[in-house]
Amino acid sequence: MAAMQFRQAIVNALADEMRSDPTVMLFGEDVAEAEGPFKTSEGLLAEFGPVRVRDTPISEMGFTGAAVGAAILGAKPVVEIMFIEFLGVALDQVVTEAAKMRYLSNGKLSVPMVVRASCGSGLGFGSQHSQTLENWFTATPGLKLIMLSDAQAAYSLTRAAIQDPDPVVILEPRILYAKRGEVDKNVKIEIGKARVLRDGTEITIVSSGQMVDVCRAAIEESSVNAELIDLATIIPWDRETVLNSVKKTGRLVVVEEAPLSGGWGSEIVAATTSALFSELKAAPFRITSPDIPVPYSGPLETRYIPTKDDVARQLKEVIATGKTPKTWWEMEGLK
Amino acid sequence: MSIQLERRKAVQTDEVAGYERMLEIREFENQINGLFAAGLIRGTTHLCLGQEALDVALAAELRPTDTVMATYRGHGVALALGLTPESVLGEIMGKTIGCCGGVGGSMHLADMTLGLLPTSAIVGGGIPIAAGAGLAYQLLGQDNVGVAVFGDGATNIGAFHEGLNLASIWKLPVIFICDNNVYGEYSRIDKTTPLEDLHMRADSYKMAHYAVDGMDVHATRKGIKEAVDRARSGGGPTLIEAKTYRFAGHSRADKALYRPEGELEKWMERDPIKLTEEDLVKRGLLDSAKIEKLRADMTKTIEGVVATCQAAPDPTVASMFENVFTK
Ligand SMILES: Cc1ncc(C[n+]2csc(CCOP(=O)(O)OP(=O)(O)O)c2C)c(N)n1
Ligand SMILES: [Mg+2]
Repeated sequence: MAAMQFRQAIVNALADEMRSDPTVMLFGEDVAEAEGPFKTSEGLLAEFGPVRVRDTPISEMGFTGAAVGAAILGAKPVVEIMFIEFLGVALDQVVTEAAKMRYLSNGKLSVPMVVRASCGSGLGFGSQHSQTLENWFTATPGLKLIMLSDAQAAYSLTRAAIQDPDPVVILEPRILYAKRGEVDKNVKIEIGKARVLRDGTEITIVSSGQMVDVCRAAIEESSVNAELIDLATIIPWDRETVLNSVKKTGRLVVVEEAPLSGGWGSEIVAATTSALFSELKAAPFRITSPDIPVPYSGPLETRYIPTKDDVARQLKEVIATGKTPKTWWEMEGLK
Repeated sequence: MSIQLERRKAVQTDEVAGYERMLEIREFENQINGLFAAGLIRGTTHLCLGQEALDVALAAELRPTDTVMATYRGHGVALALGLTPESVLGEIMGKTIGCCGGVGGSMHLADMTLGLLPTSAIVGGGIPIAAGAGLAYQLLGQDNVGVAVFGDGATNIGAFHEGLNLASIWKLPVIFICDNNVYGEYSRIDKTTPLEDLHMRADSYKMAHYAVDGMDVHATRKGIKEAVDRARSGGGPTLIEAKTYRFAGHSRADKALYRPEGELEKWMERDPIKLTEEDLVKRGLLDSAKIEKLRADMTKTIEGVVATCQAAPDPTVASMFENVFTK
């Protein structure tokens, strides 16, 4: 066990994979000499050299596509996309090319590549640099999608993703990079397995990314006996863990950072409702941000994303009344 | 005439006003740098120190009815085009008096009365959009021009090539201005690009292209004027490479320690403000006493702007729900 920053957990995962597998390589903008805009590749150029650790031009489509080709032919590339928005110019290579290769080769090809990208709001980067954008990937069979929530997840899931034979996208909430946490290098987290972070009996909370900490704080504030699940892998998601938990608690809330419409939480709520309808004590519901771009101004951005107070209020309400609580913006009479 | 349009007219008609605008941009950026360093502004910022001549030259040669698509490194473009320092700093501070009501921030400045589309924080994102502005002018039979301002690093992204090719085959009234400040983030251009003269890339699109000395406001104006004339008269697009230098780091946290020793100092000898002062003194339009006074006054003016913006109200929570769609 060692305490380290979330970003250091990523560095450690990359370094350990590169040590154990000489075909693992890393490239992206300013990842080599500058050691990463968020210092997630500290020391890697020095240890592994310029063949395996490369700076790229500002050409996301080019280098992401190169990762697809290299992955098919024997490399295990990890590409870093500085902000998830920048994958917009390279989405074709991930969603339409990489995710289809195995299928279109009758199972003969595999694409063991990893796309890592920082995401999320909270740091005043404005509407083009603050989204989470999970739903760019959730309707793409052939692609796996991970959202990291703490240093342990960062270490274990980054390693698992690199070892995975299929293309994996990892979202790294930018606000967590400097956050410290305990990392046990022997802990393995499988892709597709959710993490039960707290046992509880009254309600199941499914969350991911930076909202996991918000949920933890909300549980404390509300004194609701909640079971907290970090979904960790968003595609394919762990139905068994979620459904077993909801069978026990009879209630479900999904807490997401993204805007209300089109979030992955809708899938969880729909699947759980269909499977367990008669066993539920309340309608499963979601806590999300509103359907607006992330605003820049400090007071607006901090209000935009669900807070621990919002989550605590809604936890208490659903247990007390059995009714679906109002969103924070409905409470404020907006929209 | 609005204050903004008067500010625009000043740089179009008066060289000393153009010099003062360069000073304004310089002082504005320096004070913002201090505010960020002191933790008084959140988020990030990209200063245009060293690129003031290009910004002012652009504002001088374009009409307010022309459309400019610039980038996150856009404070100077916005001020040069005529936005007031209050509306730019107000936006950077996320206040209601900002040009975008505080929801945009440093990377997203806009004012359509001056032809400034919301600046894009996606590298290359604005290049095809500027081509699209030209397309609209062509369709509507207007003699305006669309302008994209972007960095050297942006010439390696697909949008640059697709935007230029399209503008060329459709002979759109567009000017592509590559502000080659030698760096894209922490990477020197020669590490990411196998070409020194980036404007040469337009050759493969059969587009007019040339470099201008971006530290020299006259040379830059001349180059832009030639392209504007071509665009307005139906001669199609131009790629201009303005050779400048980024005096500051890439963004707030960057100390630019990766620069070769002496490089910054060498470029600072050709500081566009210094060059403009020397020129204006030589031509008898300014003397050193006047320059000293203008500089001191500008420092005070911007200090006043900072105070105004700090005292301005934050936007209401309700305001962030506005303008997602046309009502
Ligand atoms: C598509 C995309 N990729 C990466 C980035 C991150 N980024 C922001 S500015 C920048 C450097 C751009 O360099 P250049 O085009 O030379 O413009 P400059 O910053 O020097 O003005 C990078 C890589 C981005 N905003 N968009
Ligand atoms: Mg540059």
